[in-house]
Amino acid sequence: METETKNRVKAATTKIWAPPTLSARFVPVWRRNLLVWRKLAIASILGNIADPLLYMLALGYGIGALVGEVGGMSYVAFIGTGMVCQSAMFTASFEGMYSAFSRMHMQRTWEGIINAPVSLDDVMLAEWLWTGTKAVMSTTAILLVIMLLGYGHTWLALWILPLGFLVGLTFGGAGLVMNALAPNYDFFTYFFTLVLTPMLLFSGVYFPVEQMPAWLASIAAFLPLKHAIDIARPLMLSRIPENILLHVAVLVFYAAVAYYFALALTRRRLLK
Amino acid sequence: MSTFNEDDTVLVDPPAPPPADVVLHVHRLRKKYGAAEVVRSLSFDIRRGECFGLLGPNGAGKTTTLRCCLGLIDPDGGKIEMVGQPVPKAAREARIRVGVVPQMDNLDPDFTVRENLLIYGTYFGLPRGVVEKRIPKLLDFAGLGNKRNAGIRTLSGGMKRRLTLARALINDPELLILDEPTTGLDPQARHLIWDGLRQLLAQGKTILLTTHFMDEAERLATRLAVIDHGMLIATGAPRALLKQHVEAEVVEVFGDEVRTWADVHGRKLAQRVEVAGETAFCYAADPQPLLNDLATRAGVRYLHRPANLEDLFIKLTGRELRD
Repeated sequence: METETKNRVKAATTKIWAPPTLSARFVPVWRRNLLVWRKLAIASILGNIADPLLYMLALGYGIGALVGEVGGMSYVAFIGTGMVCQSAMFTASFEGMYSAFSRMHMQRTWEGIINAPVSLDDVMLAEWLWTGTKAVMSTTAILLVIMLLGYGHTWLALWILPLGFLVGLTFGGAGLVMNALAPNYDFFTYFFTLVLTPMLLFSGVYFPVEQMPAWLASIAAFLPLKHAIDIARPLMLSRIPENILLHVAVLVFYAAVAYYFALALTRRRLLK
Repeated sequence: MSTFNEDDTVLVDPPAPPPADVVLHVHRLRKKYGAAEVVRSLSFDIRRGECFGLLGPNGAGKTTTLRCCLGLIDPDGGKIEMVGQPVPKAAREARIRVGVVPQMDNLDPDFTVRENLLIYGTYFGLPRGVVEKRIPKLLDFAGLGNKRNAGIRTLSGGMKRRLTLARALINDPELLILDEPTTGLDPQARHLIWDGLRQLLAQGKTILLTTHFMDEAERLATRLAVIDHGMLIATGAPRALLKQHVEAEVVEVFGDEVRTWADVHGRKLAQRVEVAGETAFCYAADPQPLLNDLATRAGVRYLHRPANLEDLFIKLTGRELRD
């Protein structure tokens, strides 16, 4: 009897940690989010870019006047590029936490969807890709402003858009992990304090990572946002980033691990 | 608990495949959460065109059974076939032809009434044209024709339930599953939902309904199953079940002295007497002697009525509170 129970627990656990099943059924769920977004598009874009834009202008021109060029580019462009990556990170995190929590928990939207022939795996895939989509939207808006200010006039800079998508998947995935564990909205504060704020301060958004002591810089090497910025800055200067494959691989790794945990933990939460 | 071990003989005694007109076939379904057996060897069949009521107190295993049928959770044993598809193996294929009205509203508050139907249709992979053609009829059916562009937050509880019912019909399902569809509604709103369900039955739809409202089951169900502690304790047509398990008439006697009265007189005059708090429920095939006795007692209040499903339910599942 005891072994039987153990086997059953093992079977249930295997199912929770099973690899994602992929199907095109995720498309209508992604589209649903897009349709809701369309109703509030302007407010949503403004909300996503207002903060980074203000930082970019205030610090860029304020501190820029003191420091001049940093890393071979004007400080406005330097911090602007950092802000592009930062906004992708925040937008996707926010979407994966607060917005997903509304849909999953408060509105029970996912519950309604999985009664239709759509599986929870489809819903999670749609939500994950949606966090990336939202990240691309704010990346686009900020990049546009930077270009209007006269920087990054190069075709290579457009590669920052798919980069924004990848950054979105990384942090959106992490946000969805938090969502799967969250008892309420307050829980997400931990992620801001423990993950996003250090990420923002130590990834080279405001100053080059090399300015920090070696031990701190070597810790920064593990931060996904640092790798995003290492890709974005050279692109703005019309250069192909060094070690680009390594940077992309780090982001893909974080994104994939985050998604897998988010999926498993959400299955554990909802399919019982 | 040894009776449940017979489930393990499933392998040597393979169940016969369900007949063609069975829309939902559940055979020896079992589900455990940790050490707790929530569903224990539950079997029932729902035939095309009937309204099958699944009754049971809170925690009896109703919702777990539904979730197993929809393939949202994996059973620990037994067999499920829904609209001809094995579940959970082909749960997706099965759900394409099933509509669900959940216990709690989960309409999409970011969309209007009409958009809710339109978007939900896309989850079934239905072409937009097909869904758009169905929407006016469904809105009429739900009595929401003039609310098509209203926001969900502006709807009353009854309207939301009707829209949820309409949404469950967007794929023109063979089987409609309703989990306590009228919980929390006022009488007017409940009657409207019942009317809607009767219309659907008249059109030949098959309905599986869970409820703990006995009047709801009595009005709608052509056949019902009473479950408790995850087990089937009675199944059949409502009238037949009543006849089989409960005396025809009930006299409820109220008052503080009722316990003494019941012990001295009541038990002689009725076939069965149950005292709960300050009420004595007296069950009798012929209540006349009982009524004669009560008529001689000044100050005694009583209510004489035919037995109903609630009496059956209480008899089968007991009076103690379930939380």
